[in-house]
Amino acid sequence: MNDRKGTWKVKAGLAEMLKGGVIMDVVTAEQARIAEDAGAVAVMALERVPADIRREGGVARMSDPGLITAIIEAVTIPVMAKCRIGHFVEAQILESLGVDYIDESEVLTPADEEHHINKHVFKVPFVCGCRDLGEALRRITEGAAMIRTKGEAGTGNVVEAVRHMRAVTSAIRKLHGAGPEELVMEAKRIGAPADLLEETARLGRLPVVNFAAGGIATPADAALMMQLGCDGIFVGSGIFKAENPSARAKAIVAATTYFDRPDILADASKSLGKAMRGLEIGAIPQEELLAGRGW
Amino acid sequence: MSNTRRRVGVLALQGDFREHLAALRACEVEGVPIRLATDLEAVDALILPGGESTTMAHLMEPALKQSIQQRAAAGMPVLGTCAGMILMAREVQDGRPDQETLKLIDIGVRRNAYGRQIDSFEADVTSAAIGGPAPAVFIRAPQLTGRAADVEELARHGDQTVAVKQGNRLALAFHPELTPDRRWHQYFLSLNGERR
Repeated sequence: MNDRKGTWKVKAGLAEMLKGGVIMDVVTAEQARIAEDAGAVAVMALERVPADIRREGGVARMSDPGLITAIIEAVTIPVMAKCRIGHFVEAQILESLGVDYIDESEVLTPADEEHHINKHVFKVPFVCGCRDLGEALRRITEGAAMIRTKGEAGTGNVVEAVRHMRAVTSAIRKLHGAGPEELVMEAKRIGAPADLLEETARLGRLPVVNFAAGGIATPADAALMMQLGCDGIFVGSGIFKAENPSARAKAIVAATTYFDRPDILADASKSLGKAMRGLEIGAIPQEELLAGRGW
Repeated sequence: MSNTRRRVGVLALQGDFREHLAALRACEVEGVPIRLATDLEAVDALILPGGESTTMAHLMEPALKQSIQQRAAAGMPVLGTCAGMILMAREVQDGRPDQETLKLIDIGVRRNAYGRQIDSFEADVTSAAIGGPAPAVFIRAPQLTGRAADVEELARHGDQTVAVKQGNRLALAFHPELTPDRRWHQYFLSLNGERR
């Protein structure tokens, strides 16, 4: 048989299948089942949600493979896991575990301050964070088959996610009508490969699926990001740090599908209990901000 | 082949419905995103896209589910790709114990039967229905575990049946919508519809 595995189409294709869905951080098999019951399209298996990483400090690394395997066995939906920026051996281990997507994530402590992972050599697809168009296209040229805006993980504050999504969409809008020589200059200015910038200009969107992440805590937050033009939602601490995770997870799933229907959003937002407390971005010391990791 | 369908619905709860809508545009047919039961009234045929079948089943309101079943029973053509095939199946193995499907076609399927994402693949799949080989993308694809006698096999890949048809209901284990080849959509659009 002429089966071709690990191709770009197969890697980017799985992200296409996740569109319009919610990917939820889980730290136990039990939480993974709650997420699946609530309608998650995938779960992100990790030892600590970003809010706890932020509080406890120290070096944050890839999760225990035993935990990841337990979560893989608990659910039928795709399972993602995080490795440190530049830590290609953590990525090799995650691939060998059968993880469906790897998040090379700024939420963990970077292992390399100059190089991201060369993601082309893996069969498993990667998702990476970005704050603007140049960063998104640099990750895609390294082989990321899916992008998410970084936001500021573990804060329950959507303001950074909004900033990063608006930065990407407005930079793409500005490409409209630009001639070839202008695109070359713009590529140079934002540090992006010219061919990918040309493709982005032609499509009027990123060449891969783009989710929102980092600070989404309510159904309205999810719908806001969808209306700003993202393809789907990552929720980290927002679900299992809330008072009623199951109800909140279901409501965020509904809000991501019916993002343009305020009547349905109002209904979904009712009686969910307390959301996670959340942090003011200005109250976080500069060196503790996660979005600045990666380049 | 003549495109007699005027408007084709695409279930737009989650998944790659945008790609199916683009495929319909390429076939010069109007596509309509379907999220609620009332949306279904405006269409003559329905596509169930790829995505996560558990998520789509979770999001489908009971009224929409019922309308789809009634319209399909009355002869509305339905196409399901990957997760869409799972939603159409009568029986699901290795799904969740409570996984509810629409039961539109008399097949059994096993979810994620080829393995995990690293086992997802591209291949050329040959079918007389579309006049030869066409590119196909299998992503965490299901496999058939059985089919009723009147369910016709339209394509095989290796030892697996990957495309089936029962009446005017068509189910594919792969994603033609992720390729530029539109012959599977053209074939679906050529199937006769209900009398309304």
